[in-house]
Amino acid sequence: MATLEIKNLHANVAEEGGEQILRGVDLEVKSGEIHAMMGPNGSGKSTTAKVIAGHPAYEVTDGEILLHLDENDVDEDVPEDKLTWDLLELEPNERAALGIFLGFQYPAEIEGVTMTNFLRTALNAKLEEREELFEDEGEAEEAAGEEEDAGYETSPMEGPADEGEVGVAEFQQLLKEKMELLDMDEKFMQRYLNAGFSGGEKKQNEVLQAAILEPSVAVLDEIDSGLDIDRLQDVSAGINALRDEQGTGVLQITHYQRILEYVEPDHVHIMLDGKVVKSGDASLAEELEDKGYDWVRDEVYGTA
Amino acid sequence: MSSEQDHLKETDTEARFDFKKEESSAFQTEKGLTEETVRVISEDKDEPEWMLNRRLRALKQFQKMPMPTDWPGQPDLSEVDIAEIVPYIRPDVDVRAGVDDWTELPDEIKDTFDKLGIPEAEKNALSGVGAQYESEVVYQNMQERWEEKGVIFMNMDKAVQEHPDIVREHFMTKCVPPSDNKFAALHGAVWSGGSFVYVPEDVTVEMPVQAYFRMNSEGMGQFEHTLIVAEDGAEVHYIEGCSAPKYSAFNLHSGGVEVFVGEDAHVQYSTVQNWSKNTYNLNTKRAIVEAGGRMEWISGSMGSKATMLYPSTVLKGPGASDNHITIAFAGEGQNIDTGAKVYHNAPNTKSTIESKSISKDGGRTNYRGLVHIADGASGSSTSVECDALMFDNESTSDTMPYMEINESKVDVAHEATVGKIGDEDVFYLQSRGLDDDDAKQMIVSGFIEPITEELPIEYAVELNRLVELEMEGSLG
Ligand SMILES: Nc1ncnc2c1ncn2[C@@H]1O[C@H](COP(=O)(O)OP(=O)(O)OP(=O)(O)O)[C@@H](O)[C@H]1O
Ligand SMILES: [Mg+2]
Repeated sequence: MATLEIKNLHANVAEEGGEQILRGVDLEVKSGEIHAMMGPNGSGKSTTAKVIAGHPAYEVTDGEILLHLDENDVDEDVPEDKLTWDLLELEPNERAALGIFLGFQYPAEIEGVTMTNFLRTALNAKLEEREELFEDEGEAEEAAGEEEDAGYETSPMEGPADEGEVGVAEFQQLLKEKMELLDMDEKFMQRYLNAGFSGGEKKQNEVLQAAILEPSVAVLDEIDSGLDIDRLQDVSAGINALRDEQGTGVLQITHYQRILEYVEPDHVHIMLDGKVVKSGDASLAEELEDKGYDWVRDEVYGTA
Repeated sequence: MSSEQDHLKETDTEARFDFKKEESSAFQTEKGLTEETVRVISEDKDEPEWMLNRRLRALKQFQKMPMPTDWPGQPDLSEVDIAEIVPYIRPDVDVRAGVDDWTELPDEIKDTFDKLGIPEAEKNALSGVGAQYESEVVYQNMQERWEEKGVIFMNMDKAVQEHPDIVREHFMTKCVPPSDNKFAALHGAVWSGGSFVYVPEDVTVEMPVQAYFRMNSEGMGQFEHTLIVAEDGAEVHYIEGCSAPKYSAFNLHSGGVEVFVGEDAHVQYSTVQNWSKNTYNLNTKRAIVEAGGRMEWISGSMGSKATMLYPSTVLKGPGASDNHITIAFAGEGQNIDTGAKVYHNAPNTKSTIESKSISKDGGRTNYRGLVHIADGASGSSTSVECDALMFDNESTSDTMPYMEINESKVDVAHEATVGKIGDEDVFYLQSRGLDDDDAKQMIVSGFIEPITEELPIEYAVELNRLVELEMEGSLG
């Protein structure tokens, strides 16, 4: 069981005199829970997501982001002091290795890199990095030594033999299964990563990546925007499967009640001006739909 | 395990190109270039009179031509002082024309090529191999079945002796005359080694032939000459690889390549250039293509301090075609100035030029190209695409694709992009588990992918590896 704990998070745009965007965000997401985060445009939802993942454009000025793991998340011999991680100390890829996943509001397009190649490389990189993070220092040095010894054996014409932990065939199978779950056409395997994907296909692809990387906590930023009705159901099924099969905790950023009918939230949070100002259960989203953000502002700032 | 294999194991991939051998040679000239030097080289090779005369004429050309200094953005050549170069080093091997069995080579030389993986590649994927060490070809071999069909693959010096008619007709006459540029003239005066390839009519050499050029001594110049004659309907793929360890003094490489593509013949010329970063790499490469023939230049330029290389193709006969694929990579302190030249001198000729360049850590890449379509070359078409990717704000890229179109009934397409690697793209990949370096490397491999997918497989593998090594910044 993993818990992502965000305490009093303050963040600025990382440049001289950069604007303050987050002004004390508090939030806790546990494995198997679904949280919805709503809030007006520009209130800081995407920024929260990106700061969790370690985006270099933001500087954290105060507060903490911790990831607590327990014995079930790691191998048996991992020592106590490697169960809680200060994410702010880690690189984005290290956070990914520990089980943080960010589904982007605007996913990047990478030309020339096929989905298969990208996803397998990412999965293997994640597994390798995870191993490194959890092994104790002595082991780490040993492993580094081994690598150097391996040296150069094959002719340059033969290509590297290193396939990574998950081999090509095994990976193809995994990818196929996950694509079926999301009702994605197999032809996407050979397409370049997001290049020329429609808006909806990109979103679907974010959930596919989460399904393959099996995160402990997935932050999905407006995964529902731009999806047609059928795809909304596919994507929702994918998110529910993440929770049910892998025990992923989900923080779902959305503007619409609609997806919440398929992916039922345990908690709903409302963000306003860089802070979570109100939390409740699923009924809060419905109430919000009725009354709009002015209602929240009134409550928070007490103005009329 | 034998001690030799142990030695191999210790050499990690990064060090593959950067090992040095003690310099030991049988004969070398004084530094610098005089008529005396040229005579000494020619005499040491026991050359016929006509070749000596060609060398001396080239020397005169060289002496009167100015150094190129005024091209926009060109590499700084002020350090290239010919008086400081040793133009000719004959390695210490018994058989002057090279052996055809690796084990007959002195251990230090054999070891060098072993580390570069050449004998291994020969076993697996090649029709023939030539290996040059310093100024001379030390190993040359071709499978018998090609010899039986009349294919010739031999060292250039030997060809001067054994095939004087063909060589005399084609050697730096109508394709690359010494007057072409200052370094072509220098090359003509002091050339040594290289390959001669002759493919008779309608013979297809199925697997590539490869030549590997290695400079081992500090402060030397290497000037190998490659002459390829493909008769009508013939087909051959020639691969050239080069490397040198890094020294503090500069090295100069100035090769000359001449290719004659007969009617309906097809020649592919691939280069993986990985000179050490103290090497000035100033080459002249040109092909003349007869009717219906096809020339392909594939060039990967990773190494060298400065490279100036613009393989050119003269489409002489109707329906002749050309394809250029160029990949350049410039890291810290490198200026890689490459491009392509194509002359459409006949109707219905076709050319395609694709160039991708990457600059990093203050490196500079230039694409400098020329497409000339002559008056009367109607129905011809050309397509030029050059893209440059920069890693950071310190690096530079320029594209200078000149066009001279003197005919109206032609089809011209041209596209150029220059861009910086996207921070959001890198972050996206990082958030999926790739570290910063791997993320950038993946973006670069995607950037060159449209080109690598067209490359012969053995070439693509080697190239991708070199790019990886470059990205790690670990090549000397
Ligand atoms: N790198 C940046 N530089 C400058 N301003 C930024 C930067 N990133 C975010 N901001 C600003 O911070 C505020 C919050 O942006 P954010 O993207 O987090 O909003 P959001 O809640 O996700 O909005 P939306 O619902 O429209 O997606 C906005 O006013 C935005 O313009
Ligand atoms: Mg947003």
